[in-house]
Amino acid sequence: MSLRATARIAADADGSLPVLTSDGPLALRRTRAAVPGWTRVTVVGAMSAPLGGDRLAIETEVRDGARLRVDSAAATLALPGRSPEPAAYELRLRVGGDAVLRWLPEQLVSAHGSDLRVRTDVDLAPTARLVLREEQVLGRHGEPPGTLVSRLAVRRAGAPLLDQELAYGPGASGGWDGAAVLGGHRATGQLLVVDPAYEGAPPTARPLGESAALTPLAGPAVLVTAVAPDALALRRILDAALDELAPE
Amino acid sequence: MTASRSALLVLADGRFPAGGHAHSGGAEAAVKAGRIRDAAGLEAFCRGRLHTTGLTSAGLAAGAALGLDPYELDAAADARTPSPALRTAARRLGRQLIRAARAAWPGPELDALAAAFPRGAHQPVVLGVTARAAGLGPEDAAHCSAYETVGGPATAVVRLLGLDPYQATGVLARLAPEIDEVAARATAAARGGVGALPAASAPLLDITAEQHAAWPVRLFAS
Amino acid sequence: MHLDHGHTHHGAVSADAHRPDGTRRALRIGLGGPVGSGKTATVAALCRLLRDTLSLAVVTNDIYTREDAEFLLREAVLPPERIQAVETGACPHTAIRDDISANLEAVEELEDTVGPLDLILVESGGDNLTATFSRGLVDAQIFVIDVAGGDDIPRKGGPGVTTADLLVVNKTDLAPHVGSDLGRMARDAAEQRGDLPVAFTSLRSEEGVGPVADWVRERLAAWTAAPVPAA
Repeated sequence: MSLRATARIAADADGSLPVLTSDGPLALRRTRAAVPGWTRVTVVGAMSAPLGGDRLAIETEVRDGARLRVDSAAATLALPGRSPEPAAYELRLRVGGDAVLRWLPEQLVSAHGSDLRVRTDVDLAPTARLVLREEQVLGRHGEPPGTLVSRLAVRRAGAPLLDQELAYGPGASGGWDGAAVLGGHRATGQLLVVDPAYEGAPPTARPLGESAALTPLAGPAVLVTAVAPDALALRRILDAALDELAPE
Repeated sequence: MTASRSALLVLADGRFPAGGHAHSGGAEAAVKAGRIRDAAGLEAFCRGRLHTTGLTSAGLAAGAALGLDPYELDAAADARTPSPALRTAARRLGRQLIRAARAAWPGPELDALAAAFPRGAHQPVVLGVTARAAGLGPEDAAHCSAYETVGGPATAVVRLLGLDPYQATGVLARLAPEIDEVAARATAAARGGVGALPAASAPLLDITAEQHAAWPVRLFAS
Repeated sequence: MHLDHGHTHHGAVSADAHRPDGTRRALRIGLGGPVGSGKTATVAALCRLLRDTLSLAVVTNDIYTREDAEFLLREAVLPPERIQAVETGACPHTAIRDDISANLEAVEELEDTVGPLDLILVESGGDNLTATFSRGLVDAQIFVIDVAGGDDIPRKGGPGVTTADLLVVNKTDLAPHVGSDLGRMARDAAEQRGDLPVAFTSLRSEEGVGPVADWVRERLAAWTAAPVPAA
């Protein structure tokens, strides 16, 4: 049986979580924040979901002035299901005025035979800040990848700031593993930092070694894009960028 | 107005003086990194570029040809182009294209676009408005844009590797059915408005564009 | 918000002699010629000689991006904002003849950023004897060859030698050492070029570029004196 589940989080400026609703495999726990003044939520239960046909969603609202960190206890593993339908995983993130969201989940692993569509929609108030990490690992160790299509659309004050769709695996259009897209790499990821402070002096674009680059967007934001042979090498690049751009 | 097949040939001609010859579409960086060594590497590169950047550009071009708001399209193009080197190249090429377009198909819409974007609009947006001015439809604009995303790298690799030009042309011919498919998808999406436009992207193209822009010596502008 | 369609804007036609504000744009002179004949050295010498009396800028078209531009920057012949490099995708002759859009962008950007200019020198990357500039890009062109390249070049002709508004035969000081016959070169050039002028130069001294500078000044006087054609 395929399942539908929507977990919900809402964080307030006083550090409270007026909404913290787990659903199905998406179990949410309030965990201890490393930094005072922050609220932290950990997704603990999504380990072997989503399966084919599942429709999972997490809705997160960071209300005006709130500071929320969301992470996960383990990697999310996309697996084949009984349904021929692809699985869907939707993340809807809203960040209010003077609010901050650090969205730092573990990797998404696309197992052989799986078919997953991820959609991340982010709506930012003009004074909101965001740190968002996304990592995709194509196949568990030594296996060919499943099909993974991931769209990331970020709007700030209603205007598009970043809109990207990545598609890999046997169900993707051709050329995804060629020299233009992945070039044989099996892990790819991004770190997005949106900060109104970049409005005046954005960091300048620069390559980060051979397989990553730091790029200021057309709005007050920086995107680090990386490809790597495996999840570990990818995390090393993104961790270094996180330390530089937005240390906790 | 009936779309003129010959106008499409004029616009799609590699000799159309709009600056494309100085851009490799990321192929120069891929050649240097050893990711393109032969016709097979070129084909994989072009196929990947076609289904990512090509689809996204074709959608923007089709949208502009349909008469969608150029400001919204240009903002959508910015959001789909994280690399500043590629945004600069796209605007520069947009400005070069509008110069040629206004000489070829003078009209108020191109004049207005040039006045609204003195630093240049993203090239696919200009391409779509140019297609309108030439009496062409959204499918034509999408075809032209999709074809450019593979034609440019193929020409560049002939120059960079001394690749047999017959092999390079063979690559383009083999990609033709996929170019048609990408153009059709892009056009269908554009009919749904700016919000429905494709956003397919390619990590290596974005990463290597910044590496390429930092080289002190290079043959191609992008 | 949609674009208004009533607006008109200058600059659609490349050979237009106007700036967007209706004033006369800078005179554009192209310099072409084979590799190593001394194009960049000629540009550098012209800049040193003319920069005190004229407002000028340079556009380079390198085979390898920025090499010539960086030579000019190192030599400090002009402030860096007056030197622009155009990338040519390994085909400099395409950028100066078949698709001049990047060069037009560069000359217009120079006029926009450093203010009204009298003269812009557009230097081609070293190429073969057939490379000439489009009339849509430059108002006049100089073709630079040198005696060390062989004294039979004028006789062989080719569009550069035959049609350039000025033919410069450079490195005359080397003629005795490489066995080139300057008299023969002059006779052959006259035969190929009819009344079009030829200048013999040696850039070993500061004044060596004098005949070229004089020719440039004449062209500039004629350009300035001509009535601004109707837009």
